[in-house]
Formats: sequence, structure tokens, C-alpha cells
Amino acid sequence: MGNAKLWGLKKSPWVFHVAAAPCNNCDIEILDILTPRWDVERFGIVLVGSPRHADALLVTGVLNRKNLPRVLEVYRQTPKPCLVIAIGACACHPNIFQPSYNVIGPYDKYIPVDVYIPGCPPKPEAIILGVVKALQRL
Amino acid sequence: MRRVVPIGPYHPLQEEPEFFKLIVEGEKVVDLEINIGYNHRGHEFISPTLTWDQVPFLVERICGICSDSHPYAYVLAVEDCAHVTPPPRSQYIRTIIGELERIHSHYLWLGLAGHFIGYNTVWMWVWRYREPLLDLFELIMGNRNHYAINKIGGARRDIRKEDFPKIEKYLDLLEEKNAMFTKAILDDPVIRARLEDVGVLSKEDAIAYAVTGPTARGSGYAIDVRKDDPYDAYDKVDWNEIVFEEGDVLAKAKVRLLECDESIKIVRQCLKNMPEGSIETRVDEIPPGEGIGRHEAPRGEVFHYVRSNGSNMPVRHKVRAPSFMNIASNVVAVRGYSIADAALVLASVDPCYCCTERTFVYQSGKKKYSGQDLLKLSWEKTEKLKRRYKK
Amino acid sequence: MKKEYSKEMLAEICEKFPEVSIKIHSPRRVYMRISRDKVYDFAKFLFEEKQLRLSIATGIDTRDGMEIIYHFTLDEVGTYYNIKTVIPKDDLKIKSLTPFLPAANWIEREIHELLGVDFIGHPNLKPLLTAEAWHADLQPLRRDYADEHKEIKIDKKTGGLA
Ligand code: SF4
Repeated sequence: MGNAKLWGLKKSPWVFHVAAAPCNNCDIEILDILTPRWDVERFGIVLVGSPRHADALLVTGVLNRKNLPRVLEVYRQTPKPCLVIAIGACACHPNIFQPSYNVIGPYDKYIPVDVYIPGCPPKPEAIILGVVKALQRL
Repeated sequence: MRRVVPIGPYHPLQEEPEFFKLIVEGEKVVDLEINIGYNHRGHEFISPTLTWDQVPFLVERICGICSDSHPYAYVLAVEDCAHVTPPPRSQYIRTIIGELERIHSHYLWLGLAGHFIGYNTVWMWVWRYREPLLDLFELIMGNRNHYAINKIGGARRDIRKEDFPKIEKYLDLLEEKNAMFTKAILDDPVIRARLEDVGVLSKEDAIAYAVTGPTARGSGYAIDVRKDDPYDAYDKVDWNEIVFEEGDVLAKAKVRLLECDESIKIVRQCLKNMPEGSIETRVDEIPPGEGIGRHEAPRGEVFHYVRSNGSNMPVRHKVRAPSFMNIASNVVAVRGYSIADAALVLASVDPCYCCTERTFVYQSGKKKYSGQDLLKLSWEKTEKLKRRYKK
Repeated sequence: MKKEYSKEMLAEICEKFPEVSIKIHSPRRVYMRISRDKVYDFAKFLFEEKQLRLSIATGIDTRDGMEIIYHFTLDEVGTYYNIKTVIPKDDLKIKSLTPFLPAANWIEREIHELLGVDFIGHPNLKPLLTAEAWHADLQPLRRDYADEHKEIKIDKKTGGLA
């Protein structure tokens, strides 16, 4: 983790959070890593309010027909190159939601995904590790 | 001049991403249009393709914050249909988890409400004391969220004897901290000024829009499934229903804070009175028929209706989440207040917070405010009030 | 004392609406059946005179027709009064409750969208949940839906049906 810290401190990635159709838990865990116990801001990871400021997109949940155009729009607005980090089992594959008429599949069918963090929801440690791994790939 | 302020649809924290269109005249909000469906995954369509025992795992994933409430209401519905009574120990276990979840959910709301009015300290502190609760969940059920404790005819896991002291220790800590939060929030003149008389939902409107949960109880509409239609261990413990008459955001915050105290009371009594015995009855077959289950989730009444034809899958499974009713009431609650208050009012029913982070105000096609600005507007108002109170 | 449904109320219902058939499932779950034309008056009576709260309405596609269940609850006694009505499939129309009961607004919109029932007198029956590009004549909760579902192609740009 020592290296990871250095990386984070050096690069300070700004992340934007895209929730397609999640159940919220993944999103809460993302907010959780900002709070005192994990406090990722010490690595310079900041949650920003607009995709235009972001270096990385944290995507959660499954895509459905109504939000796909919006997700594509957010992806289009993010300055490239950007990282797309799929958080949660839902974002990797629709799993239990597969039979539904409104769910149209995983993210990687529509936008390129760099890192998958499975888990329902993944633990905050796993999310931090995933983001760090993604940064190391750069 | 009328303008439209769209809010949403993406934000990290709510059951259903909604899209709000605020119609404003100057600073005042005159109307609200709500558009949902960004989170529509078709649970009612999927559930007849799964077996009775698989459905709890599906409905658990409707909402992560109250991931105990939906399976709870579902198993109550199936038990109603099959006329099964679970063994007493499992009833106590389910009640304990339901109440611990209420505390976690109310704290989550409180923290984010603090964030919205520009009190990030409140957010950080509250979430700090929410964290040990998640550790407790992990200890008892093996996962921080999505507990999967409910099962048709009982509970899936037991609470071990050696875990009791840990739960009690946490409750002691929480009781002390909850008193601190209540005092800090109610005594602060700035927070009071921000929350008092904002977003008033009158009792008549609350009844007409059929709102439930703290939203209704904050408006003097005393409904609580745990009291009205007690299930499991709720009629074996002693606790009070919290009701306030004012209907503003402050009343809703007070309801939630004081409810945490009641939850602590319930959990303590349950731990004390928990009988020994098995934790599940075997349910082999669900006979043809129908059943209704209801549970008081942190946000209001969760309602599940199932119909069986005797096979191993439900024929129809209807889910009613509390926010479905509560969000619609925003239309009246937000009317007449300024944009700076709108974020708070929309958040006060506990449906969605971070939607404001993605807000844009359009004026003849040009972007005027971003989501950050809306948050900033809210924070500025708090700052102004702070200065005024310092003098 | 254990709370349960009130006998007086059921007696009053029987007197005012003699055609209602009542089935008592358990002390706090009462099911009632009524014909389609009477639903409006009956619901109005329950809401305005008896102060029942409309919790939700369920639409079910059955062999005999589209069944709609209005779940009313009386909170003082914690009882659910479920009003069932069956609409024939070739004439999917029923009077909307929204004019006197704003809570029914979204509920009816949802049933209209997922099952295709027309609510006469509803102010706004626009789709609530499904995408803009969704075909309005595809109702996913109908029994005849499943086969069509498989053939749907997705347009990558709009996310709707190709
Ligand atoms: S992966 Fe699990 S926790 Fe995350 S959004 Fe999906 S269902 Fe919820």
C-alpha cells in the first residue's frame, strides 16, 4: 500500500460517480470511503460534481433502456483518456436482473471498462484497491 | 418569468433515480414535475421467474439502504399466504436486524442532510458512528450490507451468545452519541433557521397523498405499521411512536433522531427477552392463495402482495416501496419555497440527495447554474444565517 | 386486546353495497369483490367517509380478465381491505380514482403502463417508468408478452428498440 499512497498523492484522480440503476449499496460504499474511517481524500481522490472535471468514472448498477442514453452522454463529456471503473457485481454483469425487459446488459457492451470490482457490494477496501490498481495501469 | 430547473437524473444516493423539473419564478419554486424510471429494473417481472426461496435475494436488491425491509415484507407475505408462524427466536432476530437497519438508515440521512446545508462536520461525525454498526452486521451476517437474514418460515442465521455483549456495547455508545447529535442539531440556531418552517406538508396533504413513515409522522399523521399491525416481536416490546405536528423539515429530522432512541430500546429488550429454540420452521409447500406482508421500513411502509397457484414460483408479486408515495408528495411540499431550500425539501422525504450535484439551470438554452451552484446556494444561505447569529 | 377488522364496518358495507362479496382471510386481511362499475363509488365511500388510506393497487393478468386489486388500509385497526374487480380483456377501461384521491395518480399511471388498462378521467397517463423509445403497446406484465420480449433489438445510440 505504500506505493499506492505515493501514486495517489502524486496523481490525485478526480472521480465522477455514475449510478445507472443500482440498488444504492455500491453508491453508499463509495460515499463511505470519503468518511473518516477510510478517508480517501488523503490520497487526493475527490468526488467531483461534473463529468467534465473527472479523470475517472465510477459506474455502478445495471444499465436500463431509460438511462443508457444519459450514461453515454456522461461518458462523452468526460475528457479522454479517462478510466472507467465498474463497481459491483451489477456493473460487471446484470446477473439476477438478466431476465428483465428493461435491463439491457453490462457496461462493457457500450463503453470500454478498465477495471471490474465485483462484490455485492464490494467492501470499501476493495474499491480503494481497484482504483489504485487502475492507476497503476496508467 | 418562468424558468425550468432540471435536477437529476443521476445521483449516488437514493432508491430510484428521479428527475425533478423545478419550475421557478425568480427565486420561488412554483411547480414541480417528477419523472422517474431511471432505476426501473422490472422486479415484478423477474420475480415470477424465480422460486419462492430465491425471491428474497432479488427483493433485497431493490434498495440497498433498506435491504432488510423488502425481504422482511416479502417473507411476511408468504407466511401470511401459507399460514405459517415462524418460531419465536427467529422473530426476535428479525426484529433486531430490522431495528438496527433503521438506525443505520436514519444516520445515513442525517449525515447527508448535514452535507446539504453545508455542515460537513455533521456528515463526517454521523457516518463515523454508523461504521461500527456495519461491522456488527458483518459480524452477525457476514456482509456489511445485504444481510439475507430473512427466510420463509424463520431466519437464516442465528445471533450467537458471544455476540450479545458486542451489540450491547455498541448500543451504549450509540445512545450517548445520539443524545449528543440531537442536542447539537436542535440547539444550533443556524440549523434551526434552515430547517424550521421549510417544506411544510400539512396533515391534509399527507393524507391525500397517502404518505408513510417519518414523512407522515412529521406531519402529525400517526401511522406506524409496527404499532398498527404488529408483527414478529413488535408487540412484545415496549416503545413509543414519535409524532410531531409541524410538518416541516425540522419535524422530520426530529422524528428520525428520536426514533433511533426507540430503536435502541427495542433492540435492548429483544436481546434481553430472546427465547431459546430453533430459528426456522420447515415450509414445504406454498398453498394456492394470496398474502400481504407489511413492514415499517426506515422510510415508511413497505407493502408486498403475493399470489400463489400452488407451484414453486409466485404468480404475481407486487412491491410497493414507501418512496413511491412519499416522492409524489414533494409536489406540494416544495411549492412556494426558494431554490436554496429546494434541495433540502426534496431530500427531507429521504429519497435522494446527490441529485442536486447534477443540476443545471437553463436560461434560453444557456447553462446558468450547475449542480455545484445549487449546493453552493444552499451553503451560502447557511453562511448568511451564521453571520447573522454571530452578531 | 388484539386489534382486528371492525364488524360494524363490514355490516355497513354490506348494507350500502349489497353486491359486495366478502372473504375474510385472517383477522387483519379482508378481501372484497365488486363489479367494475361500482368501484368508483365504493372507493369514494371508503376514502371519504371511512378515512381509509389507499396503499397501492395491483394489476394482475388472469385467465378471466384483468384483475385490479385496490389495497385500502384502516390504520387504527391495522387491517387491509382489498377490493378486487375484474375487467374483461376486450374492454380494458375503468374509472380513475385520481379526481378525489391524488395518491392514485402514480399508481394508475404505472398500471396503465405495465398492463395497458385505461383509466377514464385520469389527468395524465404518460408513461412513468419505461423509456421514451419504448413501444407504448408493449405491456411487459401481460401474459402474452414473454415471446415478443426475445425478439427486441436494442439500438445502441438511443437505447430504445431498434
Ligand atoms: S452489485 Fe449488489 S450492491 Fe451493488 S448495485 Fe448491484 S445489487 Fe446493489
